[in-house]
Amino acid sequence: MKTLVLVEHDNGQVKDATLAAVTAASKLGEVHLLVAGQNVGGVAEQAAKIAGVQKVHVADDAAYAHGLAENVAPLAVDLMASHDAFVAPATTTGKNIAPRVAALLDVMQISDILSVESADTFTRPIYAGNAIATVQSSDAKKVITVRGTAFEKAAAEGGSGVVEAVSATGDTGLSSFVGAEVSANERPELTSAKIIVSGGRALGSGEAFHEYIEPLADKLGAAVGASRAAVDAGYVPNDYQVGQTGKIVAPEVYIAIGISGAIQHLAGIKDSKTIVAINKDEDAPIFQVADIGLVGDLFKIVPELTDKL
Amino acid sequence: MKLLVPVKRVIDYNVKPRVKADGTGVDLANVKMSMNPFDEIAVEEAIRLKEKGAATEIVVVSIGPAKAQETLRTALAMGADRAILVQTDDEVEPLAVAKILKKVVEEEAPGLVIMGKQAIDDDSNQTGQMLAALLGWGQGTFASKVEVNGDSVNVTREVDGGLETVKLNVPAVVTTDLRLNEPRYASLPNIMKAKSKPLATKAPADYGVDTAPRLKTLKVVEPAKRQAGVKVGSVDELIGKLKTLGVVA
Repeated sequence: MKTLVLVEHDNGQVKDATLAAVTAASKLGEVHLLVAGQNVGGVAEQAAKIAGVQKVHVADDAAYAHGLAENVAPLAVDLMASHDAFVAPATTTGKNIAPRVAALLDVMQISDILSVESADTFTRPIYAGNAIATVQSSDAKKVITVRGTAFEKAAAEGGSGVVEAVSATGDTGLSSFVGAEVSANERPELTSAKIIVSGGRALGSGEAFHEYIEPLADKLGAAVGASRAAVDAGYVPNDYQVGQTGKIVAPEVYIAIGISGAIQHLAGIKDSKTIVAINKDEDAPIFQVADIGLVGDLFKIVPELTDKL
Repeated sequence: MKLLVPVKRVIDYNVKPRVKADGTGVDLANVKMSMNPFDEIAVEEAIRLKEKGAATEIVVVSIGPAKAQETLRTALAMGADRAILVQTDDEVEPLAVAKILKKVVEEEAPGLVIMGKQAIDDDSNQTGQMLAALLGWGQGTFASKVEVNGDSVNVTREVDGGLETVKLNVPAVVTTDLRLNEPRYASLPNIMKAKSKPLATKAPADYGVDTAPRLKTLKVVEPAKRQAGVKVGSVDELIGKLKTLGVVA
C-alpha cells in the first residue's frame, strides 16, 4: 500500500503534526509525502529527511502559497491515482483539505484516528471522546486524518526520501487569500508542549490571566491554555482554547486552574499524563479526572506556587 | 440571495453519552436531543445576514428521523423562512449527506450554504468541505466572521496559529466556528408562528442518493478510565508531588 501524507508547513518549516501523521502512515505501507506551497525547496529537503519517507512530491506554485483547499485538493486527487491512502494531520489545515479530497475521490473520510488496527480498520473518538469507535472502511482508497497526540512523532532526521517535482494543477480561482493575523506567542505551542497551564472562568478577567497564569507558565516553561468559558468571556484569544471545539492536547502535565471540567473541556485533555487541578469547589468535575487536586482559592494558591517553584 | 442552512439533530451537548453494554453504539433512547450547537450558530448567522439585507430567504434542511422536524421547527422559530426534512431512519454518513445536500442546492440555488463545522455526535468535521467539493464551490471553514460583498464573501477563519481571511466567489460554502456569534433564543410567539411555516418532507430516494454506509462500525467502547487521583492539602505538598513527577527540580 502506498500512502500520501500531506506535509503541513509554513513555507519555511515542516510542522511537528506532520511527523505523527508519518508514523500513522508508515503502519499502512510505503510513505510518500506531498509538499505543496510556494518556494518550498527547503521544506522539501527537510521533509525528505524524515525517517521512513521514500518519496517527496513537491508542487511549487503560487496557487499553493497559502494552502487553499480549493487549489491543493485537486493536486492531491491527481497524485492519488498512484497512491492507496491520503493521510493528513488533524490540524485546521488537514481538516480543511482532506474531506475535499475524499469527496472528489468519492470515499468516506476517517477523521481523527487514534490507532491503525489494520489496513482498513481504525479507531476514532466520537461524542467528544466519550466513546471510542472501531471502524472498517469499505472504500478502495482511504482518506484519513490523524490525531497528533495519539501517535509517536517520526524522527525528523535519518530519512533519505527522493524529492520529485510534480506539475501544478493551477489556480481554480474559487478563492483567494486576503490576510492572516498570527497570535504573538513566545511560549511553546499548545499541541506540542510538555507542560500546559490552563485557566478558566474563575480568573475573572484578562488581567488576572496575565497576573496569575502567565508567570506560573513561564516558571515551568509551559504553554498557556484556557477553557471555553475563559475564551468566551474574552480573557484570552480563542486559539488558547483547549477542548473538543478547541485544541486536543496530551502534555506530560496539565495544570487546570479555576476550570470546573465541563465535558467538552475534558475531551481535550483526557490523554494528558498527569492532570493537576486547582479549584475552590471540591465537587468540581475536574477532580474526578485529576491525579493531583488542591482545593482552595486560586488567587492565593497560584502566587504561592509560583513563588516557591 | 437565498441562504441554505443544514442542521442536525444530535444528543444535547450537556448530556454525558453512555456506551451500550453490547458495544454496538451509544445509547440514545430517552436521551435529550437538541440542535447541534454549531448549526445554531449557522442559523443565527443566516438570520443576521437577512436582517442586514444581505439575504432574502433562509431555507433550513435536515436529514434524519421524523423527530428532526423539531430541530427544523427550532430553526424556523429562530427566524428561518421554510424547512425541508429529508426523512430517513438510517444513519447517514457525511459523504451521503453532502450528496443529498448537493441535490437540494441544485433545486434551491442558494448563494451561500452556511453550516456547522462539525456535529458533536460523530465529530467528523467533513460535510461542509465535501459539499463544497461536490459542487465545485469555494469553502470558508471554521468561520469567525462572514462579510458578504456583492458577488464575493470574505470569511475570517480560525486556524491553529490565529486567524486567516479568505475571499470566496459566491456561491460558496461556509462552516461556522464557535466565535462567529451567539445564537438567539426563540421567543414563545415565534415558536407558535414557526408551527405554521412551511416544512416539506422528502426521502433520500427522491434525490437518487444511495445512503449505504462506507464505514462499518465494528464496536464502540468507553475510553480507558483515568485512575482516581489524590487531593493534597497545601501548596508545599503539591510541589512535593510535582517534584516526584520530575516536573520541577
